[in-house]
Amino acid sequence: MIEFSSLRDMSAGLANRDFSSVELTQDHLTRIQTADSDINSFVTVNPELALAQAARADQRRAAGDQQPTVGLPFAHKDIFCTDGVLTTAGSKMLSKFIAPYDATVVAKMAEAGMVSIGKTNMDEFAMGSSNETSFFGPVSNPWDFDCVPGGSSGGSAAAVAAGLVAGATGTDTGGSIRQPAALCGITGLKPTYGRISRYGMIAFASSLDQAGPMARDAEDAALMLSVMAGFDPKDSTSAQRDDSWLAELVVNGIPELDRPLTIGLPEEYFRAGEHMGALEAAKAELQRLGHVFKSLSLPHTESAIPVYYVLASAEASTNLSRYDGVRYGHRCDNPQSLQDLYERSREEGFGQEVKRRILTGTYTLSVGYFDAYYVKAQKIRRLIAQDFDKAFAEVDLVLAPTAPTPAFKKNQLTDDPVAMYQQDLFTVPTSLAGLPAMSIPCGFSQGLPMGMQLIAPAFREDLPLMLAAQFQRLTDWHKRRPGEAS
Amino acid sequence: MSWEAVIGLEIHVQLATDSKIFSGASTAYGAAPNAQACNVDLGLPGVLPVLNERAVEMAVRFGLAIGAQINRHSIFDRKNYFYADLPKGYQISQFETPIVGEGSITITPATGKPRTVGITRAHLEEDAGKSIHDLFPGQTAVDLNRTGTPLLEVVSEPDMRTAQEASAYFRQMHTLVRYIGICDGNLAEGSMRCDANVSVRPLGQEAFGERTEIKNINSFRFVEQAIEHEIARQIDVLESGGRIERETRLYDPDRDETRSMRSKELSNDYRYFPDPDLMPLTISDDFIERIRLTLPELPEARCARYVEELGLSVGDANAISSDIERAVYFDAAVTAQASAKQCANWIMGELSAYQKKHDVSLAECPVTPILLAQLIARIDDGTLSSKTAKTLFDALWEAGADADVDELIKTLNLAQMSDDGALTEIIDDLIAANPKQFDELRGGKDKMLGFFVGQVMKATQGKANPQQVNEIIRAKL
Repeated sequence: MIEFSSLRDMSAGLANRDFSSVELTQDHLTRIQTADSDINSFVTVNPELALAQAARADQRRAAGDQQPTVGLPFAHKDIFCTDGVLTTAGSKMLSKFIAPYDATVVAKMAEAGMVSIGKTNMDEFAMGSSNETSFFGPVSNPWDFDCVPGGSSGGSAAAVAAGLVAGATGTDTGGSIRQPAALCGITGLKPTYGRISRYGMIAFASSLDQAGPMARDAEDAALMLSVMAGFDPKDSTSAQRDDSWLAELVVNGIPELDRPLTIGLPEEYFRAGEHMGALEAAKAELQRLGHVFKSLSLPHTESAIPVYYVLASAEASTNLSRYDGVRYGHRCDNPQSLQDLYERSREEGFGQEVKRRILTGTYTLSVGYFDAYYVKAQKIRRLIAQDFDKAFAEVDLVLAPTAPTPAFKKNQLTDDPVAMYQQDLFTVPTSLAGLPAMSIPCGFSQGLPMGMQLIAPAFREDLPLMLAAQFQRLTDWHKRRPGEAS
Repeated sequence: MSWEAVIGLEIHVQLATDSKIFSGASTAYGAAPNAQACNVDLGLPGVLPVLNERAVEMAVRFGLAIGAQINRHSIFDRKNYFYADLPKGYQISQFETPIVGEGSITITPATGKPRTVGITRAHLEEDAGKSIHDLFPGQTAVDLNRTGTPLLEVVSEPDMRTAQEASAYFRQMHTLVRYIGICDGNLAEGSMRCDANVSVRPLGQEAFGERTEIKNINSFRFVEQAIEHEIARQIDVLESGGRIERETRLYDPDRDETRSMRSKELSNDYRYFPDPDLMPLTISDDFIERIRLTLPELPEARCARYVEELGLSVGDANAISSDIERAVYFDAAVTAQASAKQCANWIMGELSAYQKKHDVSLAECPVTPILLAQLIARIDDGTLSSKTAKTLFDALWEAGADADVDELIKTLNLAQMSDDGALTEIIDDLIAANPKQFDELRGGKDKMLGFFVGQVMKATQGKANPQQVNEIIRAKL
């Protein structure tokens, strides 16, 4: 009935009384039950909570509430604290942690009447690009169960791609929304740093973490963005802005582009490669729409990966100090001393990739190394941001591939962390610059979906959304379903 | 050999905000364990700190009071270490860029001359929780109520040379922070704690000796004792050919000794770095000026004014200006035309004694500054003797703020006898009754004058004006 429908279509169905939110939710629950065993995209499914939320949504609709979001089922990445619900961040450390409060994003979506079906699988503490570091097992890419969905928001991407939900929240620190969106053939938006509150979102790297929507198309992503966004007094780094267009997205959808855009093509991102065909075709499509391309250079691109891994690991190493077995989370058996409690709880509770980053980060913050790593990386981070500032003096948007390859096989890169880190090559620079960037499906390579990345100046999410909506009106890459590739 | 000590103090001032520095939880003292630790204080996954603007105001108040540079731009850093009562595994503090820069404070040790002590910096940070090791056998209890309580850590220059100076500095700081209303000054509840850095060097040598740090001293007495002891210990070690190790020591007031806690070589690398959850703290000139307007006249300035404009002795001026309540009371009485000197005497004499006896603050005293001023005026115009003035004070205390001074003087018949005729009559009677004593007085034994004055006072129940009595008796000679 509603498989692979968009949020907008479901919203119309609810408004039209074609079905109730309870029916819609039950339908989602049934589909998850049958289809997710092959995919493993959910860590937790909450039939009772979801149906209760759906029943309240139906009451709201019956009472005349016409907000388009009321009654729409979706899923949360398991990184958002959800009051009374298991919140694991994909880690053994939190495998039994019932959050005692709602993240701001969770509260906002509940207020908008949206129905949280459950919590999606993810790389442990969002550290990974393949969803293979999850304590709850790897997620399969719906396009090829032998392949990874990307990460860290791999569960959200796979759930949307498999039609289990039409939308899911994700978080992106160095590409964790965009890369899995690309690898699963869906639309994902990492907004500007500060656009969405981080309160209640389990921290990986605080200066980079940003929540965002993952959906079937730009319209649905925009719908979710307008609910998620906004200043939060509980998050000092959230932006105080009055962007009225954001609120209007819910009601009116994405506005039409009223002019052709100048789109920058950074030469550092377009080195010839076997997977560039889809992107070339998409460029041709955009050109036919009247947009103009301009070559440019982002000269510090090659430093982005090392800079990112220094800074993100440094922040992570201290963000994860709170998992010490004292107040909550995994605690070792029979600790003999405080030191023993720390050592064994953390040894047992964290996975290998998390430990690798804690060690890296601890090292780079240590006396004697701080200047050589952390301070230097901060300086280069500013240079990378300046590259983009210069680019946006000349162009409206920057277009780039999202990931260097389509989805790769499970276990293919697990023993080679450096090769795994290269998955973030095209997404990390924008994260370091705090800029909004969106990945939309733009074709296939070797039968697997490819993503195209649209990068915008800070707080101009409207630009990639408008361009993506225009592109998606003329193409159907985003409508393809697993099993019916090219 | 003669030795000289070099002492610097780090004082943790607990700021008197209603809520914590990075969360909305209450800072009230004495709640049930962990009842005042919210999600943020507990360091739950996903929580974020939000800076309490009141704490910033108080830090700026302090900076202005010590004449320091207020840094328009300061940064909160994470100080990383693991401990059971440190929920996040790091303390949010300020490392390289504190909110308050260099300033100074003048101290007056009990012995020795007033001197200026430099203050290197003062920075904002959050307090940790409390580990309680003696509550459950073999286990440690953790109370996180104190977690996130705002602290201002005030670091002095190594400007002090004796334990007495260090103690005077601690006292002066205690006076100041209460004066400007940023700390309740309750030492027993840990509102002010101090670490002392102590070293000794041969007198005349310029280079500092190796120093030790004495942790967590929380009383004026212990500051002096602990430092005194540590100086003696260091001199002992050096004179017996030993070497001072750089280490942290703990003062044990029961045994009057300091014990080694840990050596600095083994100390943590705190891996300071800017906390990415907090924006750099930016303070506008406007913000600073607004706070400057609300600062009271500070103790030093007040003391100088009392000496120069009101003619108080340095001792009296100090005693009154060092306590804000007292100073405010004094100023109010002086404004109501009381003579400053008398006023000071009364505040530190009767008023202070009654206050203690009845356990009330100055603001709660039934004898208001205005009543005291009226009482003093009646002494000045000769209506009251010092004795009857005390009787009146007692009556005023009973009667309360609405009392009418002149009415009470009348009701209680306290006015001095200034009627020459009546006094002469009494004196004549006394001379008649004590001829021998009168002869002695006449013979030049001046001591006898006191006898007669005393007798007159007795006969008049203290209401006679002693001056006048003197004059009348002398006239009889």
